[in-house]
Amino acid sequence: MRVLLIAGLGALALYPLVGSAFYLQLFAKIMLLAVFAMSLDLLVGFTGLVSLGHAAFFGLGAYTLMLLSPEYQAASIWLSLPVAVGVTAVAALVIGALVLRTSGVYFIMVTLAFAQMLYYFAIKSKALGGSDGAYIYVKPDAALLGWRPFDLGNRVHFYYVALVLLIGTYALLRTVLRSLFGHVILGIRANERRMGALGYPVFRYKLAAFVLAGAIAGVAGYLEAAQFGYVSPEFFGWQESGSVLMMVILGGVGTLFGPILGAFALTLLQDFLSDEAVFHGFHKHWLLPMGLFIVLAVLWLPRGIGGLALRGPRAVPETADD
Amino acid sequence: MTDPVLQASGLSRRFGGLAAVSDVSLELHLGEVHAVIGPNGAGKTTLINMLSGDLAPSAGSVRFRGREIAGLSADRIARLGVGRSYQKVNIFPEFTLLENCRLAAQARLPSSLRLFRRALAETALVEAASLALTLVGLDQPWDRLAGAVSHGEQRQLEIAMTLATEPKVLLLDEPLAGMGAEESERMVGLIARLGESHAVLLVEHDMDAVFSVASVLTVMVNGRVLERGTPAAIRESVAVQQAYLGAAETAS
Repeated sequence: MRVLLIAGLGALALYPLVGSAFYLQLFAKIMLLAVFAMSLDLLVGFTGLVSLGHAAFFGLGAYTLMLLSPEYQAASIWLSLPVAVGVTAVAALVIGALVLRTSGVYFIMVTLAFAQMLYYFAIKSKALGGSDGAYIYVKPDAALLGWRPFDLGNRVHFYYVALVLLIGTYALLRTVLRSLFGHVILGIRANERRMGALGYPVFRYKLAAFVLAGAIAGVAGYLEAAQFGYVSPEFFGWQESGSVLMMVILGGVGTLFGPILGAFALTLLQDFLSDEAVFHGFHKHWLLPMGLFIVLAVLWLPRGIGGLALRGPRAVPETADD
Repeated sequence: MTDPVLQASGLSRRFGGLAAVSDVSLELHLGEVHAVIGPNGAGKTTLINMLSGDLAPSAGSVRFRGREIAGLSADRIARLGVGRSYQKVNIFPEFTLLENCRLAAQARLPSSLRLFRRALAETALVEAASLALTLVGLDQPWDRLAGAVSHGEQRQLEIAMTLATEPKVLLLDEPLAGMGAEESERMVGLIARLGESHAVLLVEHDMDAVFSVASVLTVMVNGRVLERGTPAAIRESVAVQQAYLGAAETAS
């Protein structure tokens, strides 16, 4: 497992040496989606909260950057990114405090409803650019006291920023899952009622997980908006929430590397199936083979692609011997 | 006599038209095993659920060291020092035996909102968990998955988890159910020992066990207290013999 992980990481780190501009951009986007998917898996796979509205925070991160970017001028990443994290964290705190009073299928519906509210708000609001969305003409500037460690406008730089974020998120979540807090949320996923009887105020811990997941999704959304210089209500859309959930399920719920694999598999497959040069005309119907693939994957790989390389149960706390 | 640690008075719980528990009063003292017996449907588990906060009483009060706790959430009551075990095994089947108890011990920390403190680095919790597992007599290795051990061992684990939260009051709901003779004997010995330093409420159908460990017995029938007294007095009680013991004997 560890060998695969390091090999994959090495391949990603070296890819810019050989990759075309198009694929460099696509891979950077996939890595952002992988971060987004990992944050959702913190809820779905590790806390037991199936959210169908996680795009709410992805979109809020994106729109925060748009609002903070002066027209024809760059926003400082060192100011706008922390603000985006703050905005999404506070939004997740408020939304979480409401939706976490429900559970099961109601939780799915209520999270979806909140994301849809933001979606329609973005469509109706002139300040947010309405249904057309809005452009961010200049990418956020990384200059800090005259020093510019990286330039988001440079494709290779952006790629490495996304890669560092991917590794950083993985490391952060891995640490969190091994922490006192991490063991509590795993306990909640396994047996919420028993956790209450042991004395844990489960609501508080679920809310903390919801806020952390929301803030990470906000960072991913922020960078996605920065990458393409554009935001639209679709950032909040249920398709966005649904496809990231699909990445988590396809990759392997309750693992950290699963969502990364899911993000790569789903996006690259879409790229391949909609390639006109390969499928001559049939590429317009890419959703058809895609749907078939998903159905087969769920039937044959109930533990996701990541489950192929995994022994033992998922989403269990760290024990002394691993 | 010392002040009761847990004192219930006039507890009632209705489910629609059904009065599961009516006007039950009861005191639990440190150093005492108080057994509640009665036929199925007498309201014993409902009573425990009200004391532990799993169920809000329709009427009546529950005081823990003089403080009213009726209506508080189960986790608040548990943190105050009222631990319970479940009639049906209620554990974390995918976790190891040790982690089940470690997680229980961790519930005693003032807060677990610590995202960067590695759980296994808190060795005191691992030690507390090991102690609880040893107390109930669960054999090593403890890295076995809780869902894979025998039913009797799961029952022992259930008690160990409750102990690991270091409660003052122990509410044990049929701890011997499904245990083998040997495990059962060991558990009775453990309950007797726990009774020396805790206030124990024991709901149990095994009459030999009940009469050997309990210092006070409350007999419930149809949600009401029928009789209360020492084991000897209950054995002699005509009302109890008619309503419960006699009926049980003819049935078996």
